[in-house]
Amino acid sequence: MAEKKQFEKGKMVPVPSHSIIPERDLGTSPILECSHLGIDFGGLTAVNEFNITVGRTEIAGLIGPNGAGKTTVFNLLTKVYQPTRGTILLDGLDTHGKTPSQINRMGIARTFQNIRLFNNLSVEENVKIGLHNQEKYSMFSGILRLPKYWRQEKAAHERALELLSIFDMQDLADHQAGSLPYGAQRRLEIVRALATNPALLLLDEPAAGMNPSETAELMENIVKIRDTFQIAIMLIEHDMSLVMGICEGICVLNFGQIIAKGTAEEIQSNPTVIEAYLGKQQ
Amino acid sequence: MKKINKNSLNGFINYGIVIAAFVILQAAIGMGRLSNSLQSLLVPACCYIVMAVSLNLTVGILGELSLGHAGFMSLGAFSGIVASILLQDLVPMAPLRLALSMVVGAAAGALGGVIVGVPVLRLQGDYLAIVTLAFGQIIKNIIMVLYVGVDENGFHMAASSDHFNLSADGTAIIKGPMGAVGVTKLASFTAGFILILITLVVVQNLVNSRSGRAIMALRDNRIAAESVGINVTKYKLMAFVTSAALAGAAGTLFGLNYSSTVASKFDFNTSILVLVFVVLGGLGSIRGSIIAAALLYVLPELLRSFDIAEYRMLIYAIVLILVMLATNNEQFTALMGRVGGWFKAAGKRIAGWLKSLGRTESKGKGGTTNG
Repeated sequence: MAEKKQFEKGKMVPVPSHSIIPERDLGTSPILECSHLGIDFGGLTAVNEFNITVGRTEIAGLIGPNGAGKTTVFNLLTKVYQPTRGTILLDGLDTHGKTPSQINRMGIARTFQNIRLFNNLSVEENVKIGLHNQEKYSMFSGILRLPKYWRQEKAAHERALELLSIFDMQDLADHQAGSLPYGAQRRLEIVRALATNPALLLLDEPAAGMNPSETAELMENIVKIRDTFQIAIMLIEHDMSLVMGICEGICVLNFGQIIAKGTAEEIQSNPTVIEAYLGKQQ
Repeated sequence: MKKINKNSLNGFINYGIVIAAFVILQAAIGMGRLSNSLQSLLVPACCYIVMAVSLNLTVGILGELSLGHAGFMSLGAFSGIVASILLQDLVPMAPLRLALSMVVGAAAGALGGVIVGVPVLRLQGDYLAIVTLAFGQIIKNIIMVLYVGVDENGFHMAASSDHFNLSADGTAIIKGPMGAVGVTKLASFTAGFILILITLVVVQNLVNSRSGRAIMALRDNRIAAESVGINVTKYKLMAFVTSAALAGAAGTLFGLNYSSTVASKFDFNTSILVLVFVVLGGLGSIRGSIIAAALLYVLPELLRSFDIAEYRMLIYAIVLILVMLATNNEQFTALMGRVGGWFKAAGKRIAGWLKSLGRTESKGKGGTTNG
């Protein structure tokens, strides 16, 4: 996590297939380990006994009916909510008591179900805010415009355009983020999250509101991001073609409990999952 | 989709406006075209411009409401006055003494900003507005009972006249409800102009740096800003303290422009006046703050000199309402956009005309050589 991953456009690296299931993990230590994770809101247990392991370059899916607690899990992982029980280890380090911004600096970046961009700022500025912790000049070198400022701003500008080019958005750099079409806003959120140089990327319904061809393009891009940046990606999605198409490990959540874990085929034939989604067979 | 103009050019336009206004006003003073009463408005106008631009950093760029900006001005004014008198023998050169006093005033403002900001900026919601409102009142009331003086035994400070045992030949600097008296006027229009330029450099360069982007990110979406690793309290505090320090420097300049200053000058009304400049000039718009502060500060004073003096506050209120209506009216802003468009189109047409003129000329020349 400490070493900086340099993004080189077009350079694909073959990745061994990892899985949520620890026995299938190939040698390397996992990036994320949750054990007995849970949170209560007052008397209501929203998430309970959430145990999951995500490999270093795995694409993991988190699915479940509405209200199952998927976004709550993301909020627990990023410490928007402090968990009531359990531990989260990120790259072997305990994240207990950390703030959301510290969690980001430790290596988790995320997108939101309801898009949260910096609407009044330009697309490029949005990405540069993602690069915030990789620029190292102080407030005073910023005000006095010391050489350090010019050097790092130039580097940030180039890096921002490079990151935007993943989604072919470099031409939109000067546009106001809030005025972009819906799909472009979703993609910009992913670029901004990637700019923070994460080891684990959490995507909350990345395909929401996209048409089938846009979804297909997004699937390609998610795999491309994993291959070029060599990071783990965990996503919440209702579009089963996307989940079943790219997720190497899938975890099904219902009423805050994990009801199944496994590969796409295993999940599709799991009777408990079918029951959670379709109800009991008469 | 909306394009955003690069704001580096915008910044240079602001410097240009300020420098041009300074040159024109200096020329007018030189030619004796500016009345004494107008000349006396120049320094306070500079102070209010700095106040408005600095408050815009808190309200427009950080997005937190502050109702006690005059409190920081007050801190700067009185600490600056004390510093200027203490430095009288040490630093005989007036401009240097003014500059040093302004540094002291800015430091006092910043200290006030830290004291208010550290506990309050951790909270979400309108707490800053409530606490700064109280802070302004507290500062006013503390200075109203504060006695500060210097004599051969050194520096004296007391919270009532009974405990204020200054020797007979000592100098009292702040005398409770009477405020600061016997101040040597060090402020000048040039100093005010330089302070405005410094403020613009600080605010505009801050906004266009990594720190400024973090501050604007907090304004636009705090949760998203946290999710990309921005330390919320640090950047809120950075914006708020910078704003308070600039207000402190403006306060020093203001205090050193009069032979006596009372604390009640920097009350809630002054805070609201500056807030009015910021809101009418446009939240987040530095140029708007400069223009609004300059015009709206000078206007009521100008009205004083006409026959309608009795109605001046009434007219002032009407102007405020009109400006508010105009800036919020879509048709009006569209009209202003169109006027701007005309100028642009006219400029383009003139440029095109000049070009075609040059082309026909060269064509003519070409023709003759061919012939």
